[in-house]
Amino acid sequence: MSSALHASENVGLSVSHLVIKYGDITAVDHVSFTAQAGRVTVILGPNGAGKTSTIEACEGFLAPTAGSVQVLGLDPFLERKQLNRQMGIMLQEGGIYPSARVAELVRQYCALYGNGVDADVLISRVGLQSVASTTYRRLSGGEKQRLSLALALAARPHIIFLDEPTSGIDVNGRDLVRSIIRELRDAGCCVIVATHELDEAERIADDVLIFHRGNVVASGTLEELRSGREEIRFRSTSRIDLHSLSTTLGLPVEQTRLHEFTVAGTSDARVIVQLTDWAKANNVDIGDIGAGSQRLDDVFRRLTAESAS
Amino acid sequence: MKLLRVQLACELRVLARNGEQLLLILGIPMLLLSFFSNVDILPTSGQSSVNFLLPGIVALAIMSTAMVSLGIATGFERSYQVLKRLGATPLGVPRLVLAKALSVLVVELVQVMLLIGLAQVFGADLDALNIAKLVVAIALGTLAFAGVGLSLAGRLRGEINLAAQNALYLVLLLIGGIVFPLQEFPSWLHWVGRISPSGALADVMRDVFSGTSVHGASSLVVLLCWAIAAQLSAFKLFRWN
Repeated sequence: MSSALHASENVGLSVSHLVIKYGDITAVDHVSFTAQAGRVTVILGPNGAGKTSTIEACEGFLAPTAGSVQVLGLDPFLERKQLNRQMGIMLQEGGIYPSARVAELVRQYCALYGNGVDADVLISRVGLQSVASTTYRRLSGGEKQRLSLALALAARPHIIFLDEPTSGIDVNGRDLVRSIIRELRDAGCCVIVATHELDEAERIADDVLIFHRGNVVASGTLEELRSGREEIRFRSTSRIDLHSLSTTLGLPVEQTRLHEFTVAGTSDARVIVQLTDWAKANNVDIGDIGAGSQRLDDVFRRLTAESAS
Repeated sequence: MKLLRVQLACELRVLARNGEQLLLILGIPMLLLSFFSNVDILPTSGQSSVNFLLPGIVALAIMSTAMVSLGIATGFERSYQVLKRLGATPLGVPRLVLAKALSVLVVELVQVMLLIGLAQVFGADLDALNIAKLVVAIALGTLAFAGVGLSLAGRLRGEINLAAQNALYLVLLLIGGIVFPLQEFPSWLHWVGRISPSGALADVMRDVFSGTSVHGASSLVVLLCWAIAAQLSAFKLFRWN
């Protein structure tokens, strides 16, 4: 699959043959990809896959060992001053004085960026009015994340890097973050999100990059990554003889999680009938039967397993 | 200019909220000056206690602010990734450094005014005070101690940096002739104190406040050497994240 996600001139981020080494360890190994303005690109990968190193190189915190990075057409390491005015970043954690209060921090960052963002409006937008005079150290995990997001938005960014933006946030907070991400995208911002949360990625991503062991092992739209990978999913609390079921259906059957099973390679209704007949004959309870494209977490598991082997 | 003003206000706000730092930079020097000015137990070579103490206590105040307070705060900011986050704003490194330097100078100005006012209450004779020399001494002392503080802050983890800065503060307080005259020390320790930044600054401050010092111009040379060496060290060792 091509690492260029979409053929378009509206490129917000372009990474070309990027190599990052720490001594003898190669964290990022000739990675190339592009991300478009007006789209949400989600970077997925297990720990140590090279996501953070790649993002830090894009943010200008890390000089590439080899290769090049262009953010909004600028070199983030050499032309940082120009880039910082238009780039929002949200660190995974920290980055804030523990004794600083919410409102004064947001005002400080709005003033530093100088892009005309109203601090009070921004505080309301991220739902922190009720804790505006609270110090950072007294905020909950979710409030800290929303404050960090607010500081990124203070830039009125053309490109924004969000590292685990929904980590530790409750359901309402997640809805809020998603709506802000959609607003940014609709306003033409290039949104880059790094996350471990595959369900979250599935909800917000236009494009997905999967990193593994310093390489991009897959990239494309969600539909592209899932296409041609049909499956039937079901739940059962009974003990299932996978070999017997697989032989009956003529298709591979595997247990994906506790009480969750998939029949790979088909979503055919006739196979579902065969499945329920087999369950009845073997006195096995099954439920929540669904059929369709593979979920992103299954795609992710398969791709990283293939890459590892 | 606006960005500098915004960051300076932030630095001062953070400092004002930090009770431990305020105790260190204002409380301890004022407490030492008050106590030893009124409890006559120090060998002061014929001077009044307050006149003997004031120059050393001003040197101690500068060491507290420029080295310990700046060093500890910057070390924690590095650990908390505050510096990294600010590095991604249009503020830029030169303005950030300047804001920190100005915040140190503002605090030192307040410290010196409070200490001189307190000394006057205890009957200090300030007729020989030379303001021009005071400005030079504060500038060189600030450069020297800020360089030492940032060198430690730039390399050590937050908690280790905190311990190291406080330990160094105590050592420099004891060997610098700030509370006890260097002449009372064993000769080898006298020499260590004389070439230490705290000993050199305290002696320069004696010249500032009374027109006479124990080691004369050599203390100014030692302080100048510390200012240059410490700044070079900070430049080489400091890491933003």
